[in-house]
Amino acid sequence: MMLKLDGVSKVYRVGAFGGRELKAVSDVSFEVGEGEVVSLIGESGSGKSTLGRMILRLASISGGTITLDGRDITTIKDRKEYYRQVQGVFQDPFSCYNPVFRADRVFAMIKEQYFPRVGADEWRKRVEGALESVRLDPGDVLGKYPHQLSGGQLQRMLIARAVLLDIRLLVADEIISMLDASTRIDVLNLLADLRARGLGILFVTHDLSLGNYVSDRTVVLRSGKVVEMGGTDLVFGGPAHPYTRSLLASVPRLHAKWADAPDDDAPCAYHQAPPESRTRPGLAEVEDGHWVACAGCAAPGTEEKKIKENA
Amino acid sequence: MALKVTDLRVYYRTLRGEVKALDGVTFSVADGEIMGLAGESGSGKSTLAKSLIRLDGRMRHAGGTVELDGEAMPLSDDDAMDEFRFRKVSLIPQYSMSALNPTRKIGKMVGELLESRGERPDRAELERRLELVGLSKDVLDRYPIELSGGMKQRVVMVISTLLNPSLLIADEVTSALDVSSQKAVATTLLGFRDRGLVTSMMVVTHDISLVYQIADTIMVMYAGRLAEKAPADVLVNAPRHPYTMQLISALPEVGVRYEDRRLTGIPGNPPSLLKPPGGCRFRDRCPLAFDRCAEQPPFAEVAPGHFVACWKAE
Repeated sequence: MMLKLDGVSKVYRVGAFGGRELKAVSDVSFEVGEGEVVSLIGESGSGKSTLGRMILRLASISGGTITLDGRDITTIKDRKEYYRQVQGVFQDPFSCYNPVFRADRVFAMIKEQYFPRVGADEWRKRVEGALESVRLDPGDVLGKYPHQLSGGQLQRMLIARAVLLDIRLLVADEIISMLDASTRIDVLNLLADLRARGLGILFVTHDLSLGNYVSDRTVVLRSGKVVEMGGTDLVFGGPAHPYTRSLLASVPRLHAKWADAPDDDAPCAYHQAPPESRTRPGLAEVEDGHWVACAGCAAPGTEEKKIKENA
Repeated sequence: MALKVTDLRVYYRTLRGEVKALDGVTFSVADGEIMGLAGESGSGKSTLAKSLIRLDGRMRHAGGTVELDGEAMPLSDDDAMDEFRFRKVSLIPQYSMSALNPTRKIGKMVGELLESRGERPDRAELERRLELVGLSKDVLDRYPIELSGGMKQRVVMVISTLLNPSLLIADEVTSALDVSSQKAVATTLLGFRDRGLVTSMMVVTHDISLVYQIADTIMVMYAGRLAEKAPADVLVNAPRHPYTMQLISALPEVGVRYEDRRLTGIPGNPPSLLKPPGGCRFRDRCPLAFDRCAEQPPFAEVAPGHFVACWKAE
C-alpha cells in the first residue's frame, strides 16, 4: 500500500486559552493504493478535511502515523520532495488564482520552484501535455485571466498543475461541489482517467452519489471516527452501519422519492460478528473487505431503553 | 393563478453595458403549486427570485409584468413594493445564518419586525409555528449566536412565513446543509404548503434531484431564458428540451458507477449575457441544432402543463 494511515488522531485546542481539547479525528486507519480511488465520506464536522490536511502536511498529526511507501511522512524533511509526490486540490477553484495575473501563472510557479533547469520549449510541451491529459485545449486556456475561464476549466488546470509534478497521490477535497452539474461530471471522469495512469486518489466528499460513481473503496466518517469502510459496492450495496443507512436514505435521488425512513432496529453488525473477525481496532470484518464499527449499542442509556421498550 | 409573470426582463447595469440576466420570461404558478426553479450559475434563477422581492441598485426592470393574486406588482417602485413584501411575497434567503440581528434576542427581533409592518405580534401563534419546525419556545429568549446553523435556518423559515404569504421563495436554502438536514428542511417546506401557511412556493436550486423530492413542477432556466417547465415526474423522466435531457443524464446517482456507465457533461459554456447571441441560446452546445435555431423558439405548451422552448420539441 502506498499511503497508509495508522491510528491517526487530531486534537485541537479550543476555548479562550486553549484549555479544552476537541478531538476532531480519532484513531483512523485506512490505506490508499496505487491506481486506486478511495472516497472519504462524511458530513460537516466529521474530520474528513482535517484528515486530508494532515496527509498534505498542512496540519500536524496529534497521534498515530501516516506513511508513504512505508516512510513516516513527518520524517521527510524536504517538503518539496514530499510535494513532488503528493498534491492537493481544494473546493473553491476561484480563490486559488490571483485575479491580477493570468491563470497559467500557476504553471510558471511550478517551473520556478521545481523545474528551474527545464528549457522553455520543453516546458511548454510538458504544460500542453498536462493540459491535454485533463482534457483542456491549451489554446483555449493559456494566456487567459481567471475570470475568463469557467470553474470547471480552472479546477482542471489545478489538476493539470498537480499532474506536471508527476505525483503519485492526489488529495481531492470537495473538488466538484462548487461546479455546475453540466461540467462536474467531466472533472469526475478525469479522476477515473488519472487512476488508470496509476495515480492514487483520496476523494474527500459529502456527496454520496459522487463518491459512489468514481471510487473503488469507501470510508465513511462520523465525528472523527470510521463507522464503515470497504469496497464501494459492498458499502453502498449492503450498508452494515445504521448511520450509513440513514445517510443513504437521505440522499435525494432522481427516479425515486424519499420514503419515510423505516425504523432501523437491525442488530449491531459489529457485535453480531464473531470476535475473531474484529481485525482492525474497533472494526469488525463482516464480509471479505468490508468493515463496520459498533452501531452504538453499548452507549450509556441504550440498554435501559431497550429494557423499557421490551417491558 | 397565484403568480403570473409575463415577458419579465431584468438587466444589471455594469460599466461595459447591460447584462441581460433575465430576458423575457413568461410563466405562471398555480395556487398550491410548489415549483422548483433549477438552473446552473448564471442562468438567471436567482435574479428571477430576487426581482420578485426587491430590485437592488444595479438591477433595472426593463419590461414585463408580474401579477400576484390578480394584483400587479410594482417591481420598479421600491416603496410601493413594501405592501407586498413579507405579507404577500416572502423570501427565505440563502444565508439564513446571517439574516438575524445579532444584538437582539429572537423574540424581540420578531416583535420589532412585526411592529414595523403594523402587525401585532401573536406570541401563542409564534410558539405554535416554532413547534411545527421542531423548535422549542425557549429560542425566543436566545440570541442568534446561541443557536446552531440548522436552528437559525428554521427560525428564519418561521419568520418568513409568519404572515401566511401567498408566495414563498426559498433561495438555495438547502445548499449549505448536510444531507440529513437537507431532507429535514425540504420536508418542512412541504409542510408549510400542506398546512396552508403559504399558498404557493418557488424553490430555487441547482440540485434537481433534491427539488424533485418536494416539487409539483420544475422549471429549468438557461442563460436568462426559460428552457422547460413540466410536472416534476415528466421533467425528470421524459424531458423534451435538449438542455434538460443532457443535464439530467449528467447527474450521477447512488448506484451508478463509472465502470458500468460513463456519464458525460455538456461541452462548451453558456453564452455571455452582455451581448447574448440571437436565437436559441443553447444552440452552440446543442447536438440537435439546425438552421431554424437562429430564430428564438417560443416557450410553447407541447402537452398539458408541459412547456418547452425548442423547435424540435413540437
